[in-house]
Amino acid sequence: MDRIAFVTVVFLGLIVSLNGSLSAAQAAARKGYRPRLGALLGAATGLPVTVLAALVLGTLFPGQPILSVIGAFAAGMAALGALRRALPDRAAGQDALPNGEALQRTIAARHLQGAVLRSLFFLSVVLAIAMLAILMWTVIDKTFGLTAVQYTVQPEDLVVNGEPVNRPLDELTGTELQEILADNARVARLRVFVLEHVTRAAEADWPALSGEPVSRVLKGHEYPAELAGVAFNALDEAQVASLLALNLDRDSLQELVFDEIIQPQVVDSWPLWESLTRRDAIAGFVAAEYPKAEVRWRSWVSWEFLTSPLDPRKPDDTGLRPALIGSLLVIAITIAVAFPVGVGAAIYLEEYAGDTRLNQVIQTNISNLAGVPSIIYGILGLAIFVRGLEAITSGQAFGASTANGRTVLSAGFTLALLILPLIIINAQEAIRAVPASLRQASYGLGATQWQTIWHHVLPYALPGILTGTILAISRAIGETAPLILVGGATYLTRDPEGPFSIFTALPLIIYRWTTLPQDEFRNAAAAAIVVLLALLLTLNSVAIILRNRFSRRLS
Amino acid sequence: MDSTIIRERARTVGMAPQQPLLDLGKQVRPGESVIQGFLFLCGFMTIFTTIAIIIVLGRESLLLVNSKYIDESGAIHSIGVLDFVNTTEWQPHRYKVGIAPLATATLLSSFIAMLVALPFGLGSAIYLSEYASPKVRNTVKPVLEVLAGVPTVVYGFFALQFMTPLLQSAFGANTVEIFNVASAGMVMGIMILPLVASMSEDALSAVPRSLREASYGLGSTRLETTVRVVLPAAVSGIVAAFIIAISRAIGETMIMAIAAGARSNFSLNPFESAWTMTGYIASISGGDLAYDTLDYNSIFAVGLLLFLMTLGLNIMSRAVVARFREVYE
Repeated sequence: MDRIAFVTVVFLGLIVSLNGSLSAAQAAARKGYRPRLGALLGAATGLPVTVLAALVLGTLFPGQPILSVIGAFAAGMAALGALRRALPDRAAGQDALPNGEALQRTIAARHLQGAVLRSLFFLSVVLAIAMLAILMWTVIDKTFGLTAVQYTVQPEDLVVNGEPVNRPLDELTGTELQEILADNARVARLRVFVLEHVTRAAEADWPALSGEPVSRVLKGHEYPAELAGVAFNALDEAQVASLLALNLDRDSLQELVFDEIIQPQVVDSWPLWESLTRRDAIAGFVAAEYPKAEVRWRSWVSWEFLTSPLDPRKPDDTGLRPALIGSLLVIAITIAVAFPVGVGAAIYLEEYAGDTRLNQVIQTNISNLAGVPSIIYGILGLAIFVRGLEAITSGQAFGASTANGRTVLSAGFTLALLILPLIIINAQEAIRAVPASLRQASYGLGATQWQTIWHHVLPYALPGILTGTILAISRAIGETAPLILVGGATYLTRDPEGPFSIFTALPLIIYRWTTLPQDEFRNAAAAAIVVLLALLLTLNSVAIILRNRFSRRLS
Repeated sequence: MDSTIIRERARTVGMAPQQPLLDLGKQVRPGESVIQGFLFLCGFMTIFTTIAIIIVLGRESLLLVNSKYIDESGAIHSIGVLDFVNTTEWQPHRYKVGIAPLATATLLSSFIAMLVALPFGLGSAIYLSEYASPKVRNTVKPVLEVLAGVPTVVYGFFALQFMTPLLQSAFGANTVEIFNVASAGMVMGIMILPLVASMSEDALSAVPRSLREASYGLGSTRLETTVRVVLPAAVSGIVAAFIIAISRAIGETMIMAIAAGARSNFSLNPFESAWTMTGYIASISGGDLAYDTLDYNSIFAVGLLLFLMTLGLNIMSRAVVARFREVYE
């Protein structure tokens, strides 16, 4: 019998046992025994009989697991029936209605039943909480832990003028760092460092720039006067290193040496639990597998992680900045659209709308929209905003140069449609909670309807409206499916700059990293999840604080 | 103050105005009307959204069956409406659009999710509403809210990192593929559990106390009261919660896209990978999807089916509440 069938049988056996303990307890009580005895007998019969029957059936009819499973279940239930019947009736001849000791036994049986099921209900709650705990742990487990870090060039192999440097980087002077750069990197790479870190020219312009004289390439930066006329690609190592040293301070030079010459790389990583419990084994493994590597603790969430650009090749070196900026830009547009429209619709429905057919349709429609799956909104956004209104969402109508409508603006509009029903429903509840006496007092003083709403109803309902809006926004921040549909990128070389730029977002990056094959990307995904959850937690705390303030004022 | 009184007063002080000093009749206020019109438009936005969904999904789905597609060899293919139900292969790039594999995987994953969410959700609801002390209830409910607020992409990560290895160690790595419907379905069940719990709990606690007390007065235990009195009284709300839960499961995307795998598979084996309807839409739309191709049109057709299924379930859940709700004074 295969494993699936066996596990199923054990599971069914447990159900039979549970059923047995419940039904046999009552049968026992009726027949004049202690209910606890019945419960024990029932539980003890159910599981063993079921498993035994499954084993027998499995040997009799090999290759037919479904038959064994069903047969075993039937056998278990039959055994229970037989057990109930087989108990000799000690209470025979007594009155139909139990009394005295018999009554006590029946009541005990019913309470036993109650206790058993109560613990089952309790287990459901425990399971739900345990799942949340396990989920959090799964994320944390991947976010921290030991890593094996290997250097491309060992720090002790660095040379200055042919002699090894035996001091830590922190103690070296700027001149020494400059010499390290000149002696340990090829000239082509040093030129790239200048373009990347000093002039910050766009990568596409590099080939054109490299033939130009130094005075043009380094326009606006410092360079020795004697190099002004020399072509940039004719410089030697020492000259390029001197350009770097002239334009960068000591700390930047040290960073450059560390990141680009020494180049630490994570070659293997372990989750937190293993790192804590099997430290020695990991150290031994690393010593055997990567003799040059060093075992080091690492938190995958860090300040560098939050502020560095994305790198699709190096999971240990990638950052999150474009995704964070993208998420914030998209959400800003979502709020700008959904908040006024949502609150406006809520005011209309609560304050102006009469009980007409049209208003009923609007109300029903809102609750239907709240149940539409988010991916449908994504499809809608793709067809309407990305494709239909491409001229507007790509910004071509306003002179922007984005190629198509897969922009921050489209994503913001799509998410706005998605959370609109939520905002309306929450705002309606907040407005409904405003006491009618407030409106009547305002009307009594001669205010118009809009004056009443603007000066009295809205200020009173505002904390409730804001709470609902924040909850809707935290839903929007975590939404992934609509962003996939409207064409969010999973890798961007530059940060999104405005409404018309292509974008990526936090949940998209988590999706991407989770599904990439390299294991280290799972660490980065876990770190991004920590960031996302922290963001949501902050938003929700704000909502709770607002809610508490609101309820205090009402009382 | 009545205008006649004003006129009366005016006469007594020696003035004789032709017009009343103050006209308190209703005045036309254009500003108010403009505001009201704008607010109505805000409300009407939602109707517009629904109409847009129906038009967009319907139009592109019609394009799918009305278009002719030319492949590399120059052969012309077209798709008939009946191909969706008559064939059982989903390979849009090879012009095969039988919806059966996607629909089966969707129903299978939703069924697995319901196996987790319904019993444990209802169990939690009963415990919270009937057994727990207010203190426990006030601690547990926010925890369930947190569970419900976790983004689904995080659940996808959880399915792949925790549930799949768990299933593989229980049933063997040869039986359970890395991407499989069972793992995604179970995690989806955990995701939906708080929804079932909170909606059922609302229904249970709406049952008036007097019903329970009458039952206790007749000598019932707490369990008997719960099962025979409170549950039947709250059944409309609980059934509505179950239906909403199914609709959620059918529409859930990210867990499926991450953990259920990406291939069309017409099979009822939960340990194999398979595209659900949502999983198909998500995995084919990543990157640049060219317009007016069969792939592009197919996501609208699948989306239309998805929309109709979830809309039907949502309407059904509201009908259940309206039809079977017990109203207590």
